[in-house]
Amino acid sequence: MIKKIGIILITTLALIVNSNAASDGDLILKKNNPSEIEDCSEGFNRASFTFNQGLDKIIFKPVASAYRVLPSPIKTGVSNSLDNLTNLVTIPNNILQGDFKMAGVNTGRFVINTTVGILGLVDVAQYLGFTEYEKEDYGQSLAKAGVGPGCYIVLPVLGPSTARDTVSTFANFLGGDAWYNVTVKNDTQHFSDIDYYSSKITGGVDFRAKNFDSIENLEKNSLDFYASVKSLYLQDRQQRILNTKKIINTQDDSDWEEIENQ
Amino acid sequence: MKINKFFIIISIYFLSISNLYSIEPDVFVQSTVNRASKVLSENLSKDDKIKKLKQIALETVDIAGIGFYTLGPIRKTLNQDQKDEYAKIFQKYFLKSFSSRLSEYTNPEIDVLGKEILNQKYTIVNSLLKETSERPEIKIDWRIYTKDPENPLIRDLIIEGLSLARTQKEEFSSILKSNNDDINVLFKSLKEFYNN
Repeated sequence: MIKKIGIILITTLALIVNSNAASDGDLILKKNNPSEIEDCSEGFNRASFTFNQGLDKIIFKPVASAYRVLPSPIKTGVSNSLDNLTNLVTIPNNILQGDFKMAGVNTGRFVINTTVGILGLVDVAQYLGFTEYEKEDYGQSLAKAGVGPGCYIVLPVLGPSTARDTVSTFANFLGGDAWYNVTVKNDTQHFSDIDYYSSKITGGVDFRAKNFDSIENLEKNSLDFYASVKSLYLQDRQQRILNTKKIINTQDDSDWEEIENQ
Repeated sequence: MKINKFFIIISIYFLSISNLYSIEPDVFVQSTVNRASKVLSENLSKDDKIKKLKQIALETVDIAGIGFYTLGPIRKTLNQDQKDEYAKIFQKYFLKSFSSRLSEYTNPEIDVLGKEILNQKYTIVNSLLKETSERPEIKIDWRIYTKDPENPLIRDLIIEGLSLARTQKEEFSSILKSNNDDINVLFKSLKEFYNN
């Protein structure tokens, strides 16, 4: 009970501190611009980043290395199945963002893939011509509501985040994630805690395996790997929040202009 | 009347001449990709491959432009000697980094899908790196500088929406910020990278 109150208090406080209603897309874009986001606890973040790198070398990298040599249909099935589960967070966030049409599409996608697609292993919805799946989470919904990102944070084990996105993950544990509710929160007798945590760990391994070469390459060719990861994470978040396929970099050409005119 | 006609014909002639020598950005990207793919699939030593890839980069990438873009606002405070030194150091750094990243791939298959003309100076060319058994397909957009249509140049690669130039800019900014904006520390880091 005390833990719950603590979580609610932290969530409320962080939202009050960060809350600042944005009037339009430009303001959301500006607020979530990677160069505008402060690295308030860089010392802690770098230490946490080093810890995560150690963890990656000992656990995730070797497991991902073995996982990526599995036959493609197995990897695709696992990846589809994990994506299917994320619909349970995406759908409420579609509703929170007022995108009822997409909430309907994703509900249809989830029902079809869970049943005809054998627990999500086959993305039948894609074959039926459903629009490309876009994940949504509570951090994105808060951003859309005008909540600023706050400081950049590197969480031990979980990796890069921002104050807003860290706080928003608590929403998953407070009833916002149906998968968490049926596995950990409630005793449904069909699922157990291990189903939830193993799906999260498999998700981490799947991500690491998909980006295996890119991560190795980036680490090898970076002057400051921490800064590169931070930039890539924040660019990715900015793009997800705006739900745009547009190249955000082209929205501010002032630097390039200056180079030409110098 | 005759004079008018004459001018129209002359104008059309010159317009067609100028178009004759301009290179379409998507054709430019496909041809650059094909050149790199050919080098990567050839039976050459890694060193020879790197040498050829560096030559392709020198001909097709605006290395100086990228260098000053990634330097950020501090470029305004540099004197001419420092700018010249930076341009020299950055080129060496870029070529090593570029060839090292690419040489890991063997025969990557990239299809150019289309282009979006942003303005007279920039076109974004969309392409797709085909999936392999080890990784999914990757969307790559190329920011092409087309101020001189006869000599288009690559200014950025945007991989799945993430800009490499922007990432590098923020990386350099982090190094400078942690060292009181001392440009010599950045020079030292860049030199260490290409000398190793």
